[in-house]
Amino acid sequence: MLYLRLFYEFFKTGLFAIGGGLATLPFLYEISEKTGWFSTQDISNMIAVSESTPGPIGINMSTYVGFHTAYGPYGFAGALLGGIIATLALVIPSLVIIEIISGFLKKFKDSTLVKNVFYSLRPASTALVAAAGLGVAKTALLTDSQLIWAVPDIFSIVNWVALLIGGLLFAAIRFFKFHPIVYIAASAVIGIVLQL
Amino acid sequence: MKELFKLFITFAKIGSMTFGGGYAMLPILQREIVDKNKWCTEDDLMDYFAIGQCTPGIIAVNTATFIGYRLRGVIGGIFATIGLVFPSIVIITIIAAFIRGFADLEIVAHALSGIKICVCALILDATIKLGKKSIIDTYCLVVFLLVFFISLLTDISTIILIAAAGLAGVVVNIVRKRREGRS
Repeated sequence: MLYLRLFYEFFKTGLFAIGGGLATLPFLYEISEKTGWFSTQDISNMIAVSESTPGPIGINMSTYVGFHTAYGPYGFAGALLGGIIATLALVIPSLVIIEIISGFLKKFKDSTLVKNVFYSLRPASTALVAAAGLGVAKTALLTDSQLIWAVPDIFSIVNWVALLIGGLLFAAIRFFKFHPIVYIAASAVIGIVLQL
Repeated sequence: MKELFKLFITFAKIGSMTFGGGYAMLPILQREIVDKNKWCTEDDLMDYFAIGQCTPGIIAVNTATFIGYRLRGVIGGIFATIGLVFPSIVIITIIAAFIRGFADLEIVAHALSGIKICVCALILDATIKLGKKSIIDTYCLVVFLLVFFISLLTDISTIILIAAAGLAGVVVNIVRKRREGRS
């Protein structure tokens, strides 16, 4: 039964992939190898679609895989169900785990141990966000992010137009305090107009 | 019921405005959850993010579940999570069914290049906001710099870094208790 199999594979992915959407990738390759539902070329397409549409990448990917896999044998309605089943299977493990942790935290939120652990976790969490931002910056602001350690001077691979736009956007974000989606929409238009 | 519906709608909104992974969601969470609805503080959000990064599953889902649970318990967590994934299911299904080669469309690629630049600027802004709250003394600054450079320069997994920082917190707790005992 394809749906059961889909559920099983994505439940497993949700249970063992730690650290965000891209951590699901190795699991997708394994599913592809084991089941032959889709090829590695399909995976590249799925990543491209997931990254270019709104929503967390891991979720987009599971919906896409579930839909794509069930479309052949079951048609549109069956594929819709496949996408929903794969997505729910992916989120159920984290839902259960976080509900348990939440209950635990609620009980111990006044303990000094918990407070001190979070006191220490917060700067670490901030650092990881900063590092993730730098990862995005590498692909957005450099003309060839692969060359970052290879070229003699980094200025030769900086995409100056992108850097200028980024600087202006940052200034606007700090100064005007509009909703983030305003800047996202504006930058999409800028990207289309300037053919970035 | 009204509050559950609001959780669903708010997270559906957040899901439909996030491009990229959980990190790109942070600026929107700060806006919708902390500033607008005041469902939790910036500190709480950071805590959820820290735990979300080292527990199984998608960071965005983990954070949504935390906030939903905080408001309405187990059922709140479920509504927030379903709200978050709802737009993805709709959008991806439409694209998978009707638009062949969506990601190859030139207009999509250009728009995405623009959005990526914006996501950098938004994450930088989010980091500054978080930094102001989380880096409050020399110890915190040291933790920040260590984790930042280790995660940039090595392949050591996020889970180990978060676990190590948590463990350091346990040591801090012991040291502080001893000091209190002495004074």
